[in-house]
Amino acid sequence: MSVTVEEEMLVDRVRSGDARAAARLMTWAERADARFAEAHAGFAAGLGHARRLGITGPPGAGKSTLVEALCKHWRTSDARTLGVLAVDPSSPFSGGALLGDRVRMSALSLDPGVFVRSMATRGAFGGLARATDDLADVLDLLGRHTILVETVGVGQSEVDVVRSTDLTVLVLHPGAGDTIQAMKAGLMEAADLYVVNKSDLPDAERLVHEIADALDLRRGDRERPPVVTVSAVTGAGLPQLAQTLDRLLDVRTADGRLARRRTENLASRVRRLVDAELRREAWERAGLEGELVRRMAGPGTLSVYALAAGLLAAFRARAAERGDA
Amino acid sequence: MQPPIRVLVAKPGLDGHDRGAKVVAAALRDAGMEVVYGGLHATPEAIVEMALQEDVEVVGLSILSGAHMTLFPKVRRLLDEAGADDVLLTGGGIIPKADMDALARSGVGRLFGPGASLDELATYIRGEVERRRSAARSA
Repeated sequence: MSVTVEEEMLVDRVRSGDARAAARLMTWAERADARFAEAHAGFAAGLGHARRLGITGPPGAGKSTLVEALCKHWRTSDARTLGVLAVDPSSPFSGGALLGDRVRMSALSLDPGVFVRSMATRGAFGGLARATDDLADVLDLLGRHTILVETVGVGQSEVDVVRSTDLTVLVLHPGAGDTIQAMKAGLMEAADLYVVNKSDLPDAERLVHEIADALDLRRGDRERPPVVTVSAVTGAGLPQLAQTLDRLLDVRTADGRLARRRTENLASRVRRLVDAELRREAWERAGLEGELVRRMAGPGTLSVYALAAGLLAAFRARAAERGDA
Repeated sequence: MQPPIRVLVAKPGLDGHDRGAKVVAAALRDAGMEVVYGGLHATPEAIVEMALQEDVEVVGLSILSGAHMTLFPKVRRLLDEAGADDVLLTGGGIIPKADMDALARSGVGRLFGPGASLDELATYIRGEVERRRSAARSA
């Protein structure tokens, strides 16, 4: 891969803080434009300065409001620069999406210290979009101190955000007791910090205890992650939450856990890229899709296992023919 | 496959009637577009900042307050000044035909009045974006 003048210029503009150039580079990434992969090879070595925080939780937990409140807090407390990636689902039917997170972040829209980008999942199912990590890289290149990655409203199994961030915050709200029951196996195990939002509502304290109980059941001898109560609307508890987030990251930077997690995250990104390429290789380029249709239309077995084995054999034979197996 | 069209739908000005903007946002989503909803009471400056960060190809404004002769040209000018002169600016509201014609002459795209068809709006946007994309490809 060679980096062209056009890519180099755009990357230089992003590095010097040009938000419009960053927005354009993000569009390349979202469209899987080959120019992004080429540009990325040129700037990847300089990444890793930004702190990446994942904000996840069920629909209605107040993720967007909390993101806005955290941004406002950090802008006034230490003026750090921020990037926000807000992911909403694409319709599986039309492919379209309504990206509404900005409505709750309108107070940030004129602050050049906060860059907000809305993303549609475009068919991804893990709570983020395929290109979310790439867009976080662009915000890192843009020099943002802290990046907040807000997932779609999640259920139990959308835990991709854990493999995309340095720290994952699970936001819950009073009345979500049943949600915790349902989440015990997935997200409840994955988060590094639990936020009980809407602490101005009754039952917030009870939720804190329910979370603590659920964590005690699950964690065994692992250290129990903090549970923090906030009200994103009134601002109560926000300074404590912001401090806790910074402190957790400082500790993990010092003891090496952050570096290990980032290495794991990068490996997981590489695996996803290879997976996607292998799928295209098999189903499109090696023609397995056509093969499948032929075999199912013809006489013979209808065992899915036998069909799969047959397709894999055909794929390997074709790869061997081309001499690359 | 063509990447989805990204549109910012916002409602500048002081009136709080956002039903039209929401109906349009939902219709464009159903037409396969990614619609960033910018909400109520956005200033022209905030709208342009959102459009730049989101790198949208289209900005759609709903204006029912009568301030269209100020707001559309201002957003157009700010977009152009930011180098986003390739972004289509369109929208709708209660806008007299003569005003629509005058705005069209000042670089604002087609505007849609009450009773306009949502399909027509989606078709118009798709056509304009396709034209701009192929112009950019051959540039």
